[in-house]
Amino acid sequence: MKPSTRRRLFRGVLYAIFVLAVVAVVLVADWGTIQTNFFNPDVAATLFPNVVLTAAKNTIVYTAIAFVGGLIFGLLLALMKLSPVGPYRWVATAYVEIFRGLPALLVIFGFAFAVPIAFDWRPPGGSAGAGLIALIVVSAAYIAETIRAGIEAVPPGQREAARSLGMNPSWTMVSVVLPQAFRIITPPLTNELVILIKDTSLLFIAGMALNERELTTFARDAVSQQANATPLMIAALMYLIITLPLTQLVAKLERHNKRGR
Amino acid sequence: MATESSLRKDRPAIEVRGLYKSFGDNEVLKGIDFHVDQGEVVCVIGPSGSGKSTLLRCVNRLEEPTKGTILVEGVDITDEETDLDKIRTRIGMVFQQFNLFPHLSVLRNLTLAQQRAKRRGKSEAVETARRNLAKVGLDNRENAYPAQLSGGQQQRVAIARALSMNPDMMLFDEPTSALDPELVGDVLEVMRQLADEGMTMMVVTHEMGFAREVGDRVVFMDGGVVVEQGKPEDVLGNPQHERTKAFLSKVL
Repeated sequence: MKPSTRRRLFRGVLYAIFVLAVVAVVLVADWGTIQTNFFNPDVAATLFPNVVLTAAKNTIVYTAIAFVGGLIFGLLLALMKLSPVGPYRWVATAYVEIFRGLPALLVIFGFAFAVPIAFDWRPPGGSAGAGLIALIVVSAAYIAETIRAGIEAVPPGQREAARSLGMNPSWTMVSVVLPQAFRIITPPLTNELVILIKDTSLLFIAGMALNERELTTFARDAVSQQANATPLMIAALMYLIITLPLTQLVAKLERHNKRGR
Repeated sequence: MATESSLRKDRPAIEVRGLYKSFGDNEVLKGIDFHVDQGEVVCVIGPSGSGKSTLLRCVNRLEEPTKGTILVEGVDITDEETDLDKIRTRIGMVFQQFNLFPHLSVLRNLTLAQQRAKRRGKSEAVETARRNLAKVGLDNRENAYPAQLSGGQQQRVAIARALSMNPDMMLFDEPTSALDPELVGDVLEVMRQLADEGMTMMVVTHEMGFAREVGDRVVFMDGGVVVEQGKPEDVLGNPQHERTKAFLSKVL
């Protein structure tokens, strides 16, 4: 058999398997049940407008708070990690290693229940507030590593040029190194943001009041009330509406960065 | 404390005594004595790895000397108590790779350190920047970003950036080595003009033509020591040491 014939035959077999699989799924699936349980317009109608005005809004607000908090705290940790003072480096390194190694769920649980009981502490914003602090604590560990990598990726000549002009280390960092570092890490930081959007779903374990619920908690409650999975699908759709533009943005930024080099 | 009043104009601009510098086990400078007088243009030549860039980088302490003394206008910059940032505003430096700030416009590249390190007001900084951009022939590019400029233009901006601090002296670290050959001339022309104006200059270079025409003195380094120095026509035209002869026979 000629190589070209063999290639064509192989590709034909692949197509055939695919078509068979699709046909099998279409024939076997119980479309009526799927529609009633997962894509039920009557159930979906009961979710609006709360799924947008409360749940999606809360998801976005929680993400924004955790991301901004994580950025500030992460920047501090990154600078500590690069500090000439040993103890700062050790503390930051230990922090990053510990909180990257723990499940976010466990940390949220700890901040929402264990810490308040142990120290008789009322977290600001109640359980949701405690959960958010936990998310900041966890995301800061990841963001710190990203920022540190970004700072180290700025060519040493940039720092040397600034210092040779008489700028002190702080101004050099603020005016020359950090702006370039953040440019370099915009794609991975956007990825952190996307991960954080999804991690807000873990806040359900903190237990939240009705108006504090984000998408996943909202959908879970609706699923158990209505004994129908449509709310999950609506929540999933909401997540995708929020995350897809961001992942597209990352892809675009990465293409842009490649061109700029 | 090094204050401006302690800077002595009657001293050599740069005075290096017994300078040693090691990177780990690798001893790059092995006892350098070297000076640049006020208003003098000294060109440092030598094979790569001879330590000439390291010597230049020690002069504003971008490299930490292992041993030895470096006086800049009479101030010991190896002294712990010296305000290094202040001394550095008086020593302009131009790098082989330009090292312009890529995230800032040309004008901002020139004004940033004036405002941050010299505490100049914005209007004064902008005025000084524009004057120096005009000097290097790039007054029409102040809103461009470094990536939009050719290598030669970037290096001229870098020179203007250093000049905007009104330094007493300028250090050039192989300023034309990263340039396409046809762009070298413009940069050398700006440097020649600076020399004509009486700027004190220490130039690490492979441009023998520039060293011969513009240099007041040529210093040949090899293996971490100063092998030979003197008037350009002597060192380049009638070298006394075998190592100088061997080097010049390769580059001339």
